[in-house]
Amino acid sequence: MSDSYKIVAKITKKQIADNLLKNTRIDGRGLLDYREITTEIGLLEKASGSALVSIGKTKVLAGVKVEMGEPYPDKPDAGVLTVNVELTPLASPSFEPGPPSEDAIELARVVDRGIRESKAVDLNKLCIVPGKKVFVVFVDLNVLNHSGNLFDTSALASILALMNAKTREYTVSKGGQLKYKKSTTHLPIQNFPVEVTVAKIGEKMVVDVSLEEEAVIDAQLTIAVGKDNEICAIQKSLIGTFSQDEVHQALQIATDKAKEIREKVLRGVEGWLEGKE
Amino acid sequence: MPKKAKSEKLIRRGVRTDGRKIHDLRNIKIEVGPLERADGSAYIEWGNNKILAAVYGPREVHPRHLARPDRAFFRCRYHMAPFSTTERKRPAPSRRERELSKVTRVALEPSILTKLYPRAGIDVFIEILQSDGGTRCAGITAASIALVDAGIPMKDLVAACAAGKIDGKIVLDLNEVEDQEGDADVPVAIMPRTGGISLLQMDGILSQTEFKEALELALEGCKQVYELQKEALTKAYVQEEAPVKDEEKSEGEEQNE
Repeated sequence: MSDSYKIVAKITKKQIADNLLKNTRIDGRGLLDYREITTEIGLLEKASGSALVSIGKTKVLAGVKVEMGEPYPDKPDAGVLTVNVELTPLASPSFEPGPPSEDAIELARVVDRGIRESKAVDLNKLCIVPGKKVFVVFVDLNVLNHSGNLFDTSALASILALMNAKTREYTVSKGGQLKYKKSTTHLPIQNFPVEVTVAKIGEKMVVDVSLEEEAVIDAQLTIAVGKDNEICAIQKSLIGTFSQDEVHQALQIATDKAKEIREKVLRGVEGWLEGKE
Repeated sequence: MPKKAKSEKLIRRGVRTDGRKIHDLRNIKIEVGPLERADGSAYIEWGNNKILAAVYGPREVHPRHLARPDRAFFRCRYHMAPFSTTERKRPAPSRRERELSKVTRVALEPSILTKLYPRAGIDVFIEILQSDGGTRCAGITAASIALVDAGIPMKDLVAACAAGKIDGKIVLDLNEVEDQEGDADVPVAIMPRTGGISLLQMDGILSQTEFKEALELALEGCKQVYELQKEALTKAYVQEEAPVKDEEKSEGEEQNE
């Protein structure tokens, strides 16, 4: 990511650019092709929900924990959602331990925005006692291998882990005391946002940039698209610029790709969700 | 997200809570160079937003390992004063402020000729004294003026403005209430001469056509802001030059330095 200063061999940059002119990429993909996406869901027992998503060699593990907490004063009857990202040194030689970097914060906030604004989790259903007790949903992302396109991978891991997450059912006594039942229930999920990052290299638009490509891209737009093709969040990053036409172009690419990814991923997952009902 | 005041409309008969029409910008006042010690500075009042921006540099970078061999190292800090919000904000930078610092840097950097100053550093500090929605756009607009005031070589100004959706309508420049209770917010910054979009964010829900409409409107807003920026700069520098011209007549050869 942009925090670590990248010096790329001119020859690599040229190679990437030359390939793009021929509408191919150094790893042989087309401009709008993703690397292979694989998902593994519910792989951890102690987490309320978990998902491991790989896009190519990039790997992100998302864990969800649901705990009791207090609501925000301005939203007394809504549950709380927080997204946190750890760019651990396991994932890349340029990541260092310590407090989250600017990049980690941006990544977490962009993922958060996609989930929050698409209303993927119906937070109103997570209120226990208005103004006092609500469920707090923590989504913690652990980047395990950074090989480009952390935004899309992290967003996908988050929503899948949320879909996987279960909470204990409960009853509330008159005094506001909570009594858990043995049965569990899924979180109230009502949307499936997919984030697609469209990068601009020279005049060309590409998706799912690899690590080598990430070092030479001029600018990128991360667009979160909901299940009805609505746009829920956008973030432009890196120091290049987009023209208005390019934004429209990126929007079209993101909408198409989001749909494609959602269908592909849910095909594998849907049955699983129903089975757990 | 619950809407607190569903009954209270944000637009009534085409008029918004602060009296504006849907395509109106708030009143903007820009002052160039209000700060003594900074190399460049600007103060902006954008509706009820009151924001100061200061620029230092090109100067030595600290810590030194951050220096870049081929360009100046450009840093931005967006910070809200504890008293700038309704409830006191803790002075330590929040995650939101750190993200906004980053998007501000990314919005301004393409306008700066950083390659002219390898190994040097250029720092921008934006301090929100009072916030009323749209502080990032106002901050970027002010910072760009402060960069000019500091004499940093630039390709273009950066002008910023947001559009959004409230009560089902696409409107320009959301204030705090509209931002909190509206449906979407799209802050945009452009380099007006080339039309390059250097900041683009969105949150909320918009359909594809609504987004395109909002982007178009925000770009129009940016152009209006750009005119105000040019006006402020012209006013500031033309005034300073005026007395020199008078001396020219009386004392003849002393200038031309």
